[in-house]
Amino acid sequence: MNKQMTTQQVVAELKDGMTIGIGGWGPRRKPMALIREILRSDLKDLTVVAYGGADVGMLCAAGKVKKVIFAFVSLDFIPLEPYFRQARQSGAIETMEIDEGMLLLGLRAAGWGLPYIPTQIGLGTDVIKINPDIKVIDSPYDDKEWVAMPAIKLDVALLHADRADVRGVCQIKGPDMYMDEQMARAAEKTFVTVEEIVETDYFAQGDESRYVFWERSLTTGVVEAAGGAHPTSCAPAYGFDVAHTKEYNASTKDGGFAAYADKYINGKTEEEYQALVGGIDAIKAIPLPVY
Amino acid sequence: MSTPAKDYSLAELMIVAGAEAWRNDGEVLATGIGVIPRLAASLAMKTFNQDLMMTDSEASLLSEPNPISGRSLEQGQKSETWMGFTRIFDNVWSRKRHAMIGPTQVDKFGQANISALGGTYESPKIQMLGVRGLPGNSISHANSLFVPSHNTRVFVDGECDLVNSIGYNPERLPKGYTMDEIDIRVILTDLCVLDFTGPDYQIAIKSLHPGITVEQVVENTGFELHIPDNIPTTAAPTEEQLAIIRDLDPKDVRSKQLKDNPPGDRS
Repeated sequence: MNKQMTTQQVVAELKDGMTIGIGGWGPRRKPMALIREILRSDLKDLTVVAYGGADVGMLCAAGKVKKVIFAFVSLDFIPLEPYFRQARQSGAIETMEIDEGMLLLGLRAAGWGLPYIPTQIGLGTDVIKINPDIKVIDSPYDDKEWVAMPAIKLDVALLHADRADVRGVCQIKGPDMYMDEQMARAAEKTFVTVEEIVETDYFAQGDESRYVFWERSLTTGVVEAAGGAHPTSCAPAYGFDVAHTKEYNASTKDGGFAAYADKYINGKTEEEYQALVGGIDAIKAIPLPVY
Repeated sequence: MSTPAKDYSLAELMIVAGAEAWRNDGEVLATGIGVIPRLAASLAMKTFNQDLMMTDSEASLLSEPNPISGRSLEQGQKSETWMGFTRIFDNVWSRKRHAMIGPTQVDKFGQANISALGGTYESPKIQMLGVRGLPGNSISHANSLFVPSHNTRVFVDGECDLVNSIGYNPERLPKGYTMDEIDIRVILTDLCVLDFTGPDYQIAIKSLHPGITVEQVVENTGFELHIPDNIPTTAAPTEEQLAIIRDLDPKDVRSKQLKDNPPGDRS
């Protein structure tokens, strides 16, 4: 089976009102080429589920988002995401704000076909108060109350990985898969952009198959998109683009997101975007962060 | 063996005082978020609690803490296992962790907020990070708090604008729980160290930093504190501890954490 697609073909599969999980974590390994393709589309009223960074901020700024399911939205080295902040402060979006572990449990419940997973997380906090849809229940086994974290079913998961074959075997070579494999399992369809498409035999070499974290039946489509995580990182290939992210952050005071989008995204192809940010070689030369 | 230092910064005093939080923890994951808490955890692991575990702030567990500055990727690190986020949650929920984080608001119950300030929940005046892992951390394992600027905007009157973490609040105690199941250890500030040893878990002054008075602490706290009869002075760093801190932070980023890098002794 050949699952290779283009970003345009992936976005054509998306519909208004869908619940979309976005992989990665903050400024790390976000499927930004797909986000840019969504920004160029007419899609709207999306429910976005993410360990969020600029992906969430950009979609909010462009009016694509009805609701965000999140534990945080942050650019990391710039703690607050400027456009998510604007969207929240103006009351423009609905939210389901939950603990980052509750988000994992919600995805696991969806992947495992469970209505909910009981947890103590959220008890005693406003997470319960601000999310009246999340129920607190009694346990059949003890005298405590428990939070029944509901399944977070995704219509679609959008992920970025290091490489894949055309059958959908996807490899993440970076230090962490974050919750990408949980999202793939929680979703009806999973589309993955990758730095490179390789032959199936690639995974038979050495321990390469140990860096594959879900089976290919979960992958609906793969898109070759080298540099597709920019301006977020795709370790070990490249780090996050601090200078570009600072420019994005500063755009709130300099024409707003419309000015940023006009400069980099609207009416531009991914190749044109990459040329504007210095080209693929410059992206691949961005150093990894040291903590 | 230990020579008290004469010259030390407030940041260094706070690193040493913060390290004490992990002294008797045994083999748990020590997580210090921010330069001073991370150096505090690292100092504890380098000295009196070598059983601690610490990550590289990415996805590896280390047998020896990484320096916080001056490190290059080529130097490598002492990884001992993979510790990505799913494994972190497994660790959190199995309770083998003690974290120290710096919230924007802390109330008299030890409840904290890093999510949103003012306005309404639907449209806050200031949107911050989101609740992140605070709800889960607070009910799962030991936690300490870090407040680099002790004032009434942080230590608020009443409850936090959004309660992100469970504290010693009888009104919010979940069914079937006792207060003993909540484990907030200390609050490290630039004026003092606080703990929850007052009556009914009231926040108490545990030690005052050199040159700081009870009155200063009380004035800068938005709720009533328990004031014990005898309050010790926070112990000064030893020369040996300062040498280890310098090794962990050769570029001296600790000197940029507090406004004007005050001296440790302000008398």
